[in-house]
Amino acid sequence: MMQTPASTTAEADADLYLPRPATVRSRTVLTATEMLFELAMDDGKPLGHMPGQFVEVSLPGIGEAPISVSSSPDGRDRFELVVRRAGRVTAAMHDCRMGERVGIRGPFGTHFPVDGVLRGRDVVFIAGGLGLAPLRSAIQYVLNHRKDYGRVTVLYGIKSPVERMFLDELDDWSRRPDMTFMETVDRADATWKGNVGVITRLIPAAEIDPKRSIVVACGPPIMYKFVIVSLYSIDVANEDIYVSLERRMKCGIGKCGHCQIGGLYACLEGPVFHYPVLLGVEEAI
Amino acid sequence: MPAKKLSQSALALWVRKLIETRRVVAPQAKAEHFAYAPLSQAEDLRLDHDVTILPPRKYLMPPSEVLLRFTRKDGYTSVIEHEPMILFGVHPYDVAAIAQADRYFLHDRPDIHYQTRRRSITIVASDVQNASEDVFAACLGTATVHDGFDVLLTRVGDAYVIESRTPAGDALLALAQDLQEADPVSLGRREQVWEDAQKLLRRQVLKCNPQELPALLDAAREHPVWEKRSQTCFSCGSCVTVCPSCFCFDVEDELDPDLQSGTRRRQWDACLLSGFAVVAGGHNFRKRREERYRHRFYRKAKYLPERFGFMGCVGCGRCVKACTAGIANPVEVYNTLLEGAS
Ligand SMILES: Cc1cc2nc3c(=O)[nH]c(=O)nc-3n(C[C@H](O)[C@H](O)[C@H](O)COP(=O)(O)OP(=O)(O)OC[C@H]3O[C@@H](n4cnc5c(N)ncnc54)[C@H](O)[C@@H]3O)c2cc1C
Ligand code: SF4
Ligand code: SF4
Ligand code: FES
Repeated sequence: MMQTPASTTAEADADLYLPRPATVRSRTVLTATEMLFELAMDDGKPLGHMPGQFVEVSLPGIGEAPISVSSSPDGRDRFELVVRRAGRVTAAMHDCRMGERVGIRGPFGTHFPVDGVLRGRDVVFIAGGLGLAPLRSAIQYVLNHRKDYGRVTVLYGIKSPVERMFLDELDDWSRRPDMTFMETVDRADATWKGNVGVITRLIPAAEIDPKRSIVVACGPPIMYKFVIVSLYSIDVANEDIYVSLERRMKCGIGKCGHCQIGGLYACLEGPVFHYPVLLGVEEAI
Repeated sequence: MPAKKLSQSALALWVRKLIETRRVVAPQAKAEHFAYAPLSQAEDLRLDHDVTILPPRKYLMPPSEVLLRFTRKDGYTSVIEHEPMILFGVHPYDVAAIAQADRYFLHDRPDIHYQTRRRSITIVASDVQNASEDVFAACLGTATVHDGFDVLLTRVGDAYVIESRTPAGDALLALAQDLQEADPVSLGRREQVWEDAQKLLRRQVLKCNPQELPALLDAAREHPVWEKRSQTCFSCGSCVTVCPSCFCFDVEDELDPDLQSGTRRRQWDACLLSGFAVVAGGHNFRKRREERYRHRFYRKAKYLPERFGFMGCVGCGRCVKACTAGIANPVEVYNTLLEGAS
């Protein structure tokens, strides 16, 4: 007589794949394709993330997607995600109303060294497009602890003015006396009065002191190629560069194999990498 | 427990007994080949198999496995599927691959789905009696194994030497009748089987020590072999599907017909498939066939050894036949690189 297959339901906390419930507290349209969600874990506890880390967001029957936390962790039990409509999960996320429940795993991955090597240094944030979403968490963190850092500079590049996110914050950053904010668009429209051109154009103009600065960059793959060259030309050392890389991710915990960059796992050793680690790693940048 | 000896007929009786008590999965004939399947009668057991089409991995990590159940109302709950089972007649190289999977899924933060399934499986290993055409396990140190199993069976003439290594193995042996103490002659013959395995399981010869492969690959990124051999690659993923040392997976949700509940499942995935590294927006981090083809060898012979201390290949040779383009053979690839290096 053979035994039939067994299947049991195990204690929740041991399962790395089990999302924890969280509730949508508010949602704000940012652009035609990006929506900002404010979430709170149902257990009432803070998410416990550091800037640059990501969560896996689950919607039942649709699936899971890695999304960076866009808000600073400082003393808040809510956290924010910027979601660009890009496929199944992100589109369904856009349909989520206030009060609806989603699943959250994480936070996962490495973070920007806001609590480490950035302290006492000039900090230069370089954000390309949606890359502003994860960087915003670090920018907020640095501004909340402003005296711990030297000069603070934010460079923001997007394709066209309609893609600008967080208009109030951008406005605030551009007015603050204790930081420099510069932005550019690839293509202007009738309303645009600012800089036109790719983000690398801002780098020489930003008066970055290569000896004192640490550069933290996040943007599409193509951006890094040019930004790195441009930083090199103003003598920023590789040791002073951090980048955040996106890869396909199916687990977030180093098991599914999808996020490999050479022998590195973007979900474990990344998404934030110290740039020297990536030198000589094929497929990285 | 010290090694015992079992006659052929006593072995058959024992297997019958095991089938009565537990689900037994073992290599059996399938058309011209062999395959693991649930064993319904002792007569179907083929300990003389050369290699099975698929490795026993499918019992530790099924092609599609439920991880979670969800309902729209109550959210997610873990589903830990497992099935008490005896994997019977597992060749040493496949035992070695299971030990790799253990390390891969249980290091650091253990994967409870794998862990639970693994714990309900008892492994009866079997030394190889007939070698498959493409095997090169002896070049990788997996022609014989000395741990990673519960029981080891070795054919010595008309009888078997049988040795248990774990309490689970002892419990299986307790069901055997006519167990004799293994005599020195039989034990000597077993030693001989192990020694012979080093020659038998070397149908292909890797011309270097596997420890040298990471350094060899380090210098081989731009080697023409990747482009040349991958020209005819169908990106079908067969080489990965048959591999006992491949563990990558995809995760997908499936809705029940009521649209209110469903399951989250993981499925085998393959880095050779064109969409494996595609992200939203359509950017593919391994767009070219050659890059995907190369990644498989780098993962196996460089990334896994550097990260986990094992090579993601046990020399079973399954990928050689599975590849209709005839390009998946690791020995050919590494030996080609070696020619260039010397
Ligand atoms: C660390 C990290 C942080 C991230 N942070 C954010 C963030 O803050 N905000 C944000 O909006 N996004 C973020 N992303 C990206 C986000 O995870 C993806 O946009 C999301 O996973 C898309 O999932 P989806 O189900 O909506 O799309 P899917 O339905 O999975 O598909 C999206 C697109 O990917 C392509 N694609 C998918 N699968 C295949 C395939 N098999 N073959 C070919 N093409 C395929 C297609 O072009 C498709 O249109 C982040 C990603 C990572 C890794
Ligand atoms: S790579 Fe080929 S020979 Fe090596 S373990 Fe996998 S299937 Fe067997
Ligand atoms: S190497 Fe062979 S088996 Fe592997 S994907 Fe290419 S054609 Fe398929
Ligand atoms: S996302 Fe699965 S291994 Fe990194």
